[in-house]
Amino acid sequence: MSTPVAARGTREGPASLPGSLNTNRRLSQWLRFRPDRTLEVHPGKVELGQGILTALAQIAAEELDVALSRVVMVAANTESSPNEAVTSGSRSIQDSGIALRYACAEARALLLAAAGAALDMPPELLSVEDGVIRAPDASRTSYWDLEPQTLLDRDATGAVPPKSSSAHRVVGQPAARLDLPDKVYGRPRYIHDIDLPQMLHARVLRPPSPAARLEALDERAARALPGVVAVVRDGSFVGVLAEHEVTALAALERLREHARWRDAPTLPEENRLGEWLKAQAVETKVVDEIAPAARAPSVRTQRAVYTRPYLAHASIAPSCALAQWDDGRLHVWSHSQGVYNLRADLALVFKLPPAEITVEHVEGAGCYGHNGADDAALDAALLARAAAGRPVRVQWSRADELTWSPVGPAMRVELEADLDAAGEVLDWRHDIWSNGHSNRPGRGDKPVLLAARHLANPFETVHAENPPLAGGGGAERNSVPPYVFPARRIVNHRVLETPIRTSALRSLGAHMNVFASESFVDELAAANGEDPVAWRLRHLSDKRARAVIEAAALRFGWDSWTKREGRGRGIAFARYKNAAAWCAVAAEIEAEREVRVRRLVIAVDVGQPINPDGVANQIEGGAIQAASWTLKEAVRFDRTRLTSDSWEAYPILTFSEAPAVEVEVIARPDEPPLGAGEAAQGPTAAAIANAVYDALGARVRTLPITPERIAAAE
Amino acid sequence: MTPAIRLFVNGVEREVRAPETTPLLYVLRGDLNLKSVRFGCGAGHCGACRVLVDGVATASCDLPLWAAAGKQVVTVEGLGTPERPHALQRALLAEQAAQCGYCVSGILVSAAALLARTPSPSENEVREALDRNLCRCGSHHRIIRAVLRAAHDAP
Repeated sequence: MSTPVAARGTREGPASLPGSLNTNRRLSQWLRFRPDRTLEVHPGKVELGQGILTALAQIAAEELDVALSRVVMVAANTESSPNEAVTSGSRSIQDSGIALRYACAEARALLLAAAGAALDMPPELLSVEDGVIRAPDASRTSYWDLEPQTLLDRDATGAVPPKSSSAHRVVGQPAARLDLPDKVYGRPRYIHDIDLPQMLHARVLRPPSPAARLEALDERAARALPGVVAVVRDGSFVGVLAEHEVTALAALERLREHARWRDAPTLPEENRLGEWLKAQAVETKVVDEIAPAARAPSVRTQRAVYTRPYLAHASIAPSCALAQWDDGRLHVWSHSQGVYNLRADLALVFKLPPAEITVEHVEGAGCYGHNGADDAALDAALLARAAAGRPVRVQWSRADELTWSPVGPAMRVELEADLDAAGEVLDWRHDIWSNGHSNRPGRGDKPVLLAARHLANPFETVHAENPPLAGGGGAERNSVPPYVFPARRIVNHRVLETPIRTSALRSLGAHMNVFASESFVDELAAANGEDPVAWRLRHLSDKRARAVIEAAALRFGWDSWTKREGRGRGIAFARYKNAAAWCAVAAEIEAEREVRVRRLVIAVDVGQPINPDGVANQIEGGAIQAASWTLKEAVRFDRTRLTSDSWEAYPILTFSEAPAVEVEVIARPDEPPLGAGEAAQGPTAAAIANAVYDALGARVRTLPITPERIAAAE
Repeated sequence: MTPAIRLFVNGVEREVRAPETTPLLYVLRGDLNLKSVRFGCGAGHCGACRVLVDGVATASCDLPLWAAAGKQVVTVEGLGTPERPHALQRALLAEQAAQCGYCVSGILVSAAALLARTPSPSENEVREALDRNLCRCGSHHRIIRAVLRAAHDAP
């Protein structure tokens, strides 16, 4: 294993421990052996539909030698879970998985030592099977008989090495998702299904546009409805509480009819987004630079400009949250990506010490980044103040979800390559214009939650920034090319004006940067008359990069593929964040009236796959979602309002349009495991665009690739 | 007092006292505690709330209660249980054909309606039958495989 081993301590402080164990050292915080002979595992990362709880359960079962069926995964909460901040960036396996691996290895060693003492036997002679510890003389005990919680009530040292991969029996094998049976049998599991005693149903009347403020509201018609408990108004934040959900809905419509808003045209021109981005005030940073050395002058410069629109998360379930006040203390149920981060922002809004607030994670529908979950939690907490101690459930509408969740930023990328006489790249330049890609709660001294800006005493609006490049960056994610060029210069221009609220959407800037640069690479290869697979392999020195490209091409049948009228093939590659999973996508498309993706063939290297089927599922899903972004999606707006407020106005890929997907997971059991959730987004977009070019000779550089855009590019 | 409306839900006759314009979704989730029926859009676009109404896959979010009066309504709870799973439920688990799973209820309902009328559907027939169900996680390919498997495995 080349997983990080704990560094030695220094006089200044304790040694650094692997992953999230470093900041959450108490073993008992991660593991609880229950009297019913189950093992509770308490990760700080949360289930978002990505299957993380199953992979983490596999790690715990493996290291402790207990059956997977004995492992109970407990949802994160601020009362008892390790603080692992936000479940994002495909980092859960790296952060939480590694922490659990070391915590469990150490717990196993402590328990075996105790068993050795109890059985009067050297621990190294003991064996463990499903938590039962046996000695060679047939005497036995079990984890549960050794007062395990007392033993685990100590800080990890990181000194016990986990199993070597050759000893793995659970990790590395496909495991069925622990959460799916509930979902397939329709048992209550989602936050939407919580039904608390005395619970009230609430709805929020959101403004009609980002800049709108409430001028007048006549609440009488809404209040007159039997079953309405309260109408809450605080500045431009308006909500209603009712005994029944349908009453809340009816009251909401009455409030809408009797509200007068002051609106303002603050949005850019939708069909000139690329120009708008470049015309704004920016904060410019050089992301990476290799200065040109003395060399032969270039004979030609190739240039291209790529753009993408704002993209919506568009989860199938609109956000939902519950909140209850009890004697000045707040309890919140949320499908947030980070319970502690949400708590920090709630504490800012309500001016409470964080310890007075409990946030409990409950699963929602698929989460692909910073969506409306945290905002709905604040809505519930604000409205619950009018509920006299009763719990309140807020359910967003489809329109709320599509127009008020933060969106993935629109982006413009300009690429330039100076070429020599043979068409070889001498200097590569990549410039990005984009709003910031992260506006998450819990990271600053002002709350970023939506309703905070609508209150009578509003909190100042905080605009999205980019996470540090060391953590993968935001807009600039994957803007540094993986190819070996003599010189390069990558520059990010963060657009400061934020007319539409932006934050993290799956893969952040990687989707656009890879779409642009992997399209541009194809343009360079085409200009040289070179096969795009060969071009890539020729410019890559990283063996694992080459391996995924070769595997995808082979499985796709790249070399034997024959061109037919209206069909095209394309390939693209990226290593996510230039530091995580390697992923190559080969696409076959058919272009008639519109583009149909027939087939996506993907090879991915996530190091040691914990749950290979889970990896395949994430890659497959990411690829289909990216195909949807690439072919269909754009947040729509006029100069005042977001208009893509329904599935008709924001269509996504349907079952008839979804491609077949094949995923080859290249297992490297001796390499550190890496996250899989976002690796396919960029390569899929570029592979499709490259296949469209192959089919039609039309280079579409503006997403989505619609029939109109193809016609314009031909 | 609101007059009672009778309907048959998962084979059992139920009497519901709710305004007759109440969307069936809220009756099923709220009054009858059948949480498999999912709210997704409220406009019949996404299919998450689909239930069988006299055997037809129908969006319950914009179907008024009166339109279901006297009819047979089947939700996922009525399709199968862990002890007696529907072939589709078995196949979805066998194929691990979900990620977040929120769309799965509606998909089970659409697919059950398909298999009832077309026991051995082609892949294209499966795709068409699911075209009013949206999935955002990109589980389409696995779901199609699971429906075909269920058709193949069904007795």
